[in-house]
Amino acid sequence: MISHENIEKNLGLLIVLTILIVSVGGLVQIVPLFFQTSTTTPVEGLKPYTALQLMGRDIYIREGCVGCHSQMIRPFRAETERYGHYSVAGEYVYDRPFLWGSKRTGPDLARVGGRYSDAWQVAHLMNPRDVVPESIMPAYPWLDRPLKDTGIQAKMRTLDIVGHGYTEQEIAEAPAALQGKTELDAVIAYLQVLGTHAPKN
Amino acid sequence: MSDFTSGFWPIYISVLTLVSILGTWVFLKSQTTRKFAPGEKAELMEHTWDGDLQDLNNPLPRWWLGLFYGTMIFGLGYLALWPGLGNFAGLLGWTSKGEYQAEVKAAEAKFQPMYAGFMKQDVATVAADPNARAIGKHLFLTYCSQCHGSDAMGAKGFPNLTDNDWLYGGEPDTIVATITNGRAGVMPAWEPILGAQGVKQVANYVLSLSGRKHDAALAEAGKAKFAENCAACHMPDGTGMKALGAPNLTDKVWLYGGSEATIIETISKGRNGVMPALTQTLGTTSNKEAKLHLLAAYVYGLSQKQ
Repeated sequence: MISHENIEKNLGLLIVLTILIVSVGGLVQIVPLFFQTSTTTPVEGLKPYTALQLMGRDIYIREGCVGCHSQMIRPFRAETERYGHYSVAGEYVYDRPFLWGSKRTGPDLARVGGRYSDAWQVAHLMNPRDVVPESIMPAYPWLDRPLKDTGIQAKMRTLDIVGHGYTEQEIAEAPAALQGKTELDAVIAYLQVLGTHAPKN
Repeated sequence: MSDFTSGFWPIYISVLTLVSILGTWVFLKSQTTRKFAPGEKAELMEHTWDGDLQDLNNPLPRWWLGLFYGTMIFGLGYLALWPGLGNFAGLLGWTSKGEYQAEVKAAEAKFQPMYAGFMKQDVATVAADPNARAIGKHLFLTYCSQCHGSDAMGAKGFPNLTDNDWLYGGEPDTIVATITNGRAGVMPAWEPILGAQGVKQVANYVLSLSGRKHDAALAEAGKAKFAENCAACHMPDGTGMKALGAPNLTDKVWLYGGSEATIIETISKGRNGVMPALTQTLGTTSNKEAKLHLLAAYVYGLSQKQ
């Protein structure tokens, strides 16, 4: 029937069997996650990002912050002592794409919201060494420029398709919410909301 | 793992996992050719390449075959001991949360006796203890140095903690309250009310309060404006009010800078110095209170040395 010789000589059969074997891992490990309450239900109080926060998040991605800053606190004492409660799946339901990162040249930012004042964030992004002389983080002085609305309404509508639940009113008011803001304002709005709905200690 | 939206998923996971492992086993078994008897030669396959390259149908080396079966046995053993098969928790009952809690518990058991000793002492006593100061310094570097600097001497807009000059007060209880709940300083923008010239006059009066170089005529003009608008928070003599965090303007300590230009900027646009609350940041364990105590003692001690 299915002998080693037959499989090797029948390319179609070889392809089908290979796909079958390779897909088992994904079918078992990934697919059930979409049907788990803890991964699909937002933690208490978590809201989809506002228009300004969404723009800030895009700038965070554009500037490559995720290359040096993770957003994932692992359940180790060394991490929870420094950052706060370990991360849980329900905190990320509105993160598309997620920004967990895989490397910490700088500290984890999953709980950075409210940890520093807005004034500190401004000073720190303009030149990190003004407030932390030991810092090796690059300065981002160009962020102090007007924020360009790069299709915020289309973005919100797209996120609605996957269940962010923006109302028509929120989408209608989005461009106005970005009026007169700088890129710096947007990034700080995003940073200041990170982890503010974390499980409390 | 028990939070699937339907009972189908645990079964789906378990069946697919076990069927694929056992299926691989059966498949491998059915494809394995027997080991040759001594002297027996492998069958020659029909292809010949490059004139003399031949393909022999040898059985897999037994050690290699053993690795295949070994992986499957390891997989089954893993699934028996650790969570993996749907809702089955595994014979060891391991969870990442449980491991974390055990780690926290072990640390608490280790540090609690030492912390308990410090908790019995008041902040001033703890501040004088070199061991407590060593711990406090590490806490300070972790939680506070980003704004107040690793030497605790602050930066523009972020107070120096070593000079015994306090915005909200430097008593141990006040320091504990500041760390726990944070502070939000509110100085409104005065340019809309005073106008550019009025701001300049008041700035010169403020400069005169600490005996700095100033324009006497402008300062004289600013005096009444100060009494009318600024004295409510900074007090009529300019010595400030700790309840509001309104700084003393008669000393040589300047949070944002004491040049005429900076003072004008401060008065014109106002200042909103915010210290975040550290309750949630100070850690997750029952040692949180002790950490707060040690941190407050360290900060208190910083200005007591002088």
